[in-house]
Amino acid sequence: MITLTVNGKRSQVDAPADMPLLWAIREKLALTGTKFGCGAALCGACTVHVDGQPVRSCTTPVSAVAGKKITTIEGLSAKSDHPVQKAWIELDVPQCGFCQSGQIMAAAALLARKPNPTDADIDSAMVGNICRCGTYQRIRAGIHRAAQIKKGGA
Amino acid sequence: MPTSRTTHVAISRRAIIKGTLAVGTGLVVGFSLPMTGRNLALAQAGTFAPNQWVSIDRDGLVTIINSVVEMGQGSITTMPAIVADELDTDLGKIRVTQAPANPKLYANPVTGAQGYGGSRGVRDHIAMLRKAGAAAREMLMQAGANEWGVPLSEVDTDLDTVVHKSSGRRLPYSALVDKAAKLPVPQNPTLKTPDKYRYMGKVMHRRDTPIKVNGSAVFGMDVAVPGMLIASIERCPVFGGKVKTFDATAAKRIKGVKNVVQVTNGVAVVADSFWTAVRGRQALKVIWDEGPVAAVTSASIHQGYVDGAKQSGQVARNDGDADTALAAGAKTVEAVYEVPFLEHACMEPMNATASVKPDSCEIWAPTQSPGATQMTGARISGIPVEKVIVNTTYLGGGFGRRGEQDFIVDALETSKAVGAPVKVMWTRPDDIQHGFYRPATYNVFKAALDAQGNPVAWWNRIVGPGILIQKGRAQAGTIDPAAVEGVRNMPYDVPNVHVEWVDKDYGIPLGFWRSVGPSQNGFIVESFVDEMAKAAGKDPVEFRRGLLGKSPRHKAVLELAAAKANWGAPLPAGRARGCAVMFSYGSYVAHVAEVSVAPDGKVRVHKLVGAIDAGFAVNPDQVKAQMEGGGIYALTALLYGEITIDRGRVKQSNFHDYPMLRINEAPEMETYILDSGEAAGGLGEPGVPTVAPAICNAIYTLTGKRIRSLPIKPDTLKRA
Repeated sequence: MITLTVNGKRSQVDAPADMPLLWAIREKLALTGTKFGCGAALCGACTVHVDGQPVRSCTTPVSAVAGKKITTIEGLSAKSDHPVQKAWIELDVPQCGFCQSGQIMAAAALLARKPNPTDADIDSAMVGNICRCGTYQRIRAGIHRAAQIKKGGA
Repeated sequence: MPTSRTTHVAISRRAIIKGTLAVGTGLVVGFSLPMTGRNLALAQAGTFAPNQWVSIDRDGLVTIINSVVEMGQGSITTMPAIVADELDTDLGKIRVTQAPANPKLYANPVTGAQGYGGSRGVRDHIAMLRKAGAAAREMLMQAGANEWGVPLSEVDTDLDTVVHKSSGRRLPYSALVDKAAKLPVPQNPTLKTPDKYRYMGKVMHRRDTPIKVNGSAVFGMDVAVPGMLIASIERCPVFGGKVKTFDATAAKRIKGVKNVVQVTNGVAVVADSFWTAVRGRQALKVIWDEGPVAAVTSASIHQGYVDGAKQSGQVARNDGDADTALAAGAKTVEAVYEVPFLEHACMEPMNATASVKPDSCEIWAPTQSPGATQMTGARISGIPVEKVIVNTTYLGGGFGRRGEQDFIVDALETSKAVGAPVKVMWTRPDDIQHGFYRPATYNVFKAALDAQGNPVAWWNRIVGPGILIQKGRAQAGTIDPAAVEGVRNMPYDVPNVHVEWVDKDYGIPLGFWRSVGPSQNGFIVESFVDEMAKAAGKDPVEFRRGLLGKSPRHKAVLELAAAKANWGAPLPAGRARGCAVMFSYGSYVAHVAEVSVAPDGKVRVHKLVGAIDAGFAVNPDQVKAQMEGGGIYALTALLYGEITIDRGRVKQSNFHDYPMLRINEAPEMETYILDSGEAAGGLGEPGVPTVAPAICNAIYTLTGKRIRSLPIKPDTLKRA
């Protein structure tokens, strides 16, 4: 048994120590918003926050995050009102949507670190997240818009 | 789906049949086939359900069924909006439900199949869905007119309300549900004129965005069924190979592994979690009968194509006498173009969930083909097809890959074998190495120009396999329409045109890859036309315009893209523009690309300006989204896409060796929509074909180097 704190809730999870966090989240805790895309930290679909930092959960063993604060897309905000989520809705960023939990978690971590990201900041923070539908232009616009919303901009 | 014939929705010969009343107050009308009388799913007590697409209950709640699966293209938003607009209901308040598999009610009226590909959402359904909404509206209007004792011509509607025009009296739809249900169904309801559209042609926010930003949208991978087990299948690395023997002793020793069973596509390890199932797979020992494809490599395929190009093929088009004109031309241009096998790489790896029991069969799947999935369920379970339940989830990408049945078969067979609901999930290497690939082809071109630089002959031999023939959907020995699409119908006015196809299939599984034939043939045709323009010493836009006199819609989008991209205006040093124009899937698209090449040969696309004439853009923002997405899909293929074969195996396995374009490489994109008022065209695929040639044509202008083999190898553009 490993104790995981996910979205503010402590749970005892019956998982081998080397099981990637992704599968503990998805299959043991039934939080399926975090996606499996590659299993090798190459696509970013599984991005969650561990102590506020964006982490690829598909290659992070559960044993490495015991006792740490884990946030998934379900825990990013109570009412889908995180600035990134609001901006995504306003600009209709997602298409198929499969990668978007990871995109949003990566974008939220960027904005927490840099409230006014430049295009270069966006490139370096988001380069690990693949979108096969090709929503990159809207992701970029969405991050700039989220920065405005966060500052209280209309 | 490769064909691009003109859409003629067959509604006129399909009567709108009034069905018998369902329990008390329901009413059902069918457009497509003789109805059994009611749509029980919709026509419950107290519900006006005038056809299979729409129902209204006594509280005024409007439910609209969406049949076109949602794979990112916005169908769950756009399709119901067509019904809602004609019904004159508040789009913000409707409920939308995804259609169950039931081809009698929900088949595409043009193809007759409940499967979605070929950019067939809006264009194949718009006429039927408009009529569905309009028939319901007209019945509600008649019910209101009857209440007031006035003729139908004196009433109108205003957002969920019937209005008597002269007196201003109003009755909400909810109050007319029971009375409308008893009325005859209009055979030819009056449709709105476009100036009356409330939603169509205007910005509509996607219905699914809110659930796609908080993790609550359910994709196939997210399905959970009580008692469900998770399986992962070890597949023969060689295409067509079979299990000879396997030893599951070590796999079964792993805690959590429940069962190991042989299925058609390999050996399934069934466990309590995906992670455990994968570990079980790693412990399996399987001996394969690799079969004949084990002798095939990319080099052997290439050699087969080169040899095939020396043979004559089946003639797909023959205008005039190209051979004679080639011999007589003042100037000739010759080139060979090659494109590789490509895999779809949907972000959501293949998966499906099935529960096969002695007396039932239910499937939950991210499928583009609910109808075929239902038939597969019947075949494997032995349950009558109409009793097989198919729940279509959101699709984490489709691009043609999810029209296949292999992943459905996996889940059905595994569930049947273990007697429990099973979700079969693929790994990324499974997905890349066991796909259905866009064909690699080899293409020989020859053209002749007269002394003034006007083209007088066009000769093209395409060598490669045929998707439809391999799938048994076109006869072997005939011309596969998918192989020659975009070449056979190339629009340029050249007096002597000869196109032929040599069928060379080496057993690599083929599939429909977003825009299929037009994507590869668009690249070769639009690149070669550019070679002709350069040989003629003419501006590429002007050269094309001069040859598009018989194709005004091609010409119009080309002119629009050129104008918006400031074609001909000066650019910063080290940049150049290129253009391309193409018809595919019922729509006309042109692109102008602005490109630079770094000293190391790396191509940078700064800007893509696209113009599309899809007849009428029902949901303009999603038309733009599809053009943006198509642009990135095409750019990924141009810069990175290549599946290679070694001893019958795919060499690539994950995103490190089958890379996708990332945000730092994404160009700025602009999309301009030309509403020509013609029949609605496709949207998902037409944005792809022109991107690669526009970029390669710009690269030529910039560097003098012609890209004739994809993907681009930076070494070829490196400056010493």
